[in-house]
Amino acid sequence: MKVTEADVLRVAELANLELTSEERVRLLKDLNSIVGYVDRLNQLDTTDVPPMAQVSDRYGVDQAKTSSERFAYASRDDVLHGLRPSLERQEALKNAPQSDGEFFKVPKVIEK
Amino acid sequence: MVTTPESSVQALARYEPVIGLEVHVQLLTATKIFCSCSTKFGDPPNTNVCPVCLGWPGALPVLNRKAVEYATLAAMALNCRINEQSIFARKNYFYPDLPKGYQISQYDKPLAEHGYIEIPGNGGRKKIGITRVHLEEDAGKSLHEGFADSRDSTYLDLNRCGVPLIEIVSEPDIATPGEAFDYLTRLKEIILYTGVSDCNMEEGSLRCDANVSVRPKGQEKFGTKTEVKNVNSFRFIKQALEYEIERQVELIQSGGRVEQETRLFNAAEGKTYGMRSKEHAHDYRYFPEPDLLPLVVDEKWEEAVRRQIPELPEARRARMVSEYGITAYDAGVLTASRALADQFEEAARAAKNPKRVANLVQGELMGRLKSKGLEIEQSPISMKGVAFSADLVEAGTISGKIVKDLYDLAFERGQDFPAIYEKEKPQQITDTGAIEKIIDEILAANPKQVEQYRAGKTTVKGFFVGQVMKASKGQANPQMVNELLDKKLGS
Repeated sequence: MKVTEADVLRVAELANLELTSEERVRLLKDLNSIVGYVDRLNQLDTTDVPPMAQVSDRYGVDQAKTSSERFAYASRDDVLHGLRPSLERQEALKNAPQSDGEFFKVPKVIEK
Repeated sequence: MVTTPESSVQALARYEPVIGLEVHVQLLTATKIFCSCSTKFGDPPNTNVCPVCLGWPGALPVLNRKAVEYATLAAMALNCRINEQSIFARKNYFYPDLPKGYQISQYDKPLAEHGYIEIPGNGGRKKIGITRVHLEEDAGKSLHEGFADSRDSTYLDLNRCGVPLIEIVSEPDIATPGEAFDYLTRLKEIILYTGVSDCNMEEGSLRCDANVSVRPKGQEKFGTKTEVKNVNSFRFIKQALEYEIERQVELIQSGGRVEQETRLFNAAEGKTYGMRSKEHAHDYRYFPEPDLLPLVVDEKWEEAVRRQIPELPEARRARMVSEYGITAYDAGVLTASRALADQFEEAARAAKNPKRVANLVQGELMGRLKSKGLEIEQSPISMKGVAFSADLVEAGTISGKIVKDLYDLAFERGQDFPAIYEKEKPQQITDTGAIEKIIDEILAANPKQVEQYRAGKTTVKGFFVGQVMKASKGQANPQMVNELLDKKLGS
């Protein structure tokens, strides 16, 4: 599979990025080299290999535990502020480019 | 072939709509799905937020087990099969109310699949398939209006970011706007019974999008669908679908083509409008969420959740019809909410004669509510009040006629039955002489029955009690009537 310039533009659009013409050329080359590597991996026969989305479901897990028990450590009870309290609003808003002290503010959004 | 212009009604009749619904339901957990911020509605803006739900770099989600349990419970009540292992996925899109730039949802391996809901149809029941039920997080709330600079700015409250949702996707089995309405009504009722959501549409805890297309009757292939959004009541969904179906048929009839697009419903005008959205704007590039482990709901957990499924409305209605001898319609009204049905059944079971409670609800309460235009939740007479009155009738303390009068008074004054009864209860006749006089008259007027009684048919006594109570307008003390009758008849 070969990445085209149209693909680069589409991906940039989805990522809300504006690219200069130099960047386009560079990214086209980079992407083709990455996808080319994936093509190489694709030569392997993975028919009987289950997909692995996270390494952590295979490694670092107590192998003695099975089923729901196996991953129970990575979930929590429904306890208010059980993990950590919510932020003070002032703290939550402090990195926002724009706010009125109560809300985050962004340039007018017309449609979703 | 000569064609004559067809009326729009005729044209509509040649097409059949295909409707599928996507319903989002907020789960009633205390905390968000991936962090321990509160889910409370109506708190001051941006006070229930933390690095996780604000999408700060490095913050990691930790799954709320209660959200999984609630989602599983709802899915089971919707007759779904639970997938032992499901996977969270990232749905990527840019919108200011989604600070991470992706929504954590489920994609190719949802929590549950293959369910259904039964709705009334063609004199029997029709099954509407449920494709899937999956877990995801809600986005924040954008406020586009109401501020001095709303022309230039959108305000964001991110309290809702990360509130747990289930999305319930139906099969395209829904054939009319009426069926869509029925499906939603049943769905809401079932979810309410499970208690996993309050399904409050005003507060957005239940939201619905509809996919609709039309095709000539007999055609297998689906037409091009549109998605109708922004509809905040079931009645409006029905209206929006009716409008959209007509619009699509007219468009096709006049040689046009339906565009696949998202349309917004304007409730004031009863019309849908296409959104000016960019060509192929949607490409969510789903991929497995690397920050979360697979979700495993094993048999043991599934069983524990299954034990929490309450008796569901459909089954409850059937049981109530047979147990209390009420009509299917009244059973429907009484099971409108689980709380109401519980109140009724609790009252009925505590009463001496449960059927009498049901009879009073059906015979005296419903009609009065209807003529006053009240919902049963607004009734001045509570279920306990009904049970109280039923016991009085059962004991013969008051007559049916007096019950009617007292119910009228209760509705007039907006007070519950016990209060009205305390104030208005008929003066009891406890004067032995007076009661004896009535009994003498009754016995004299019914010599045949007296003879039967004396011949050994003692059940006739009930008849005399009734007659005496009636003659005294329900005011004679029943216990004294009984004693005095025994005395008179025995002599």
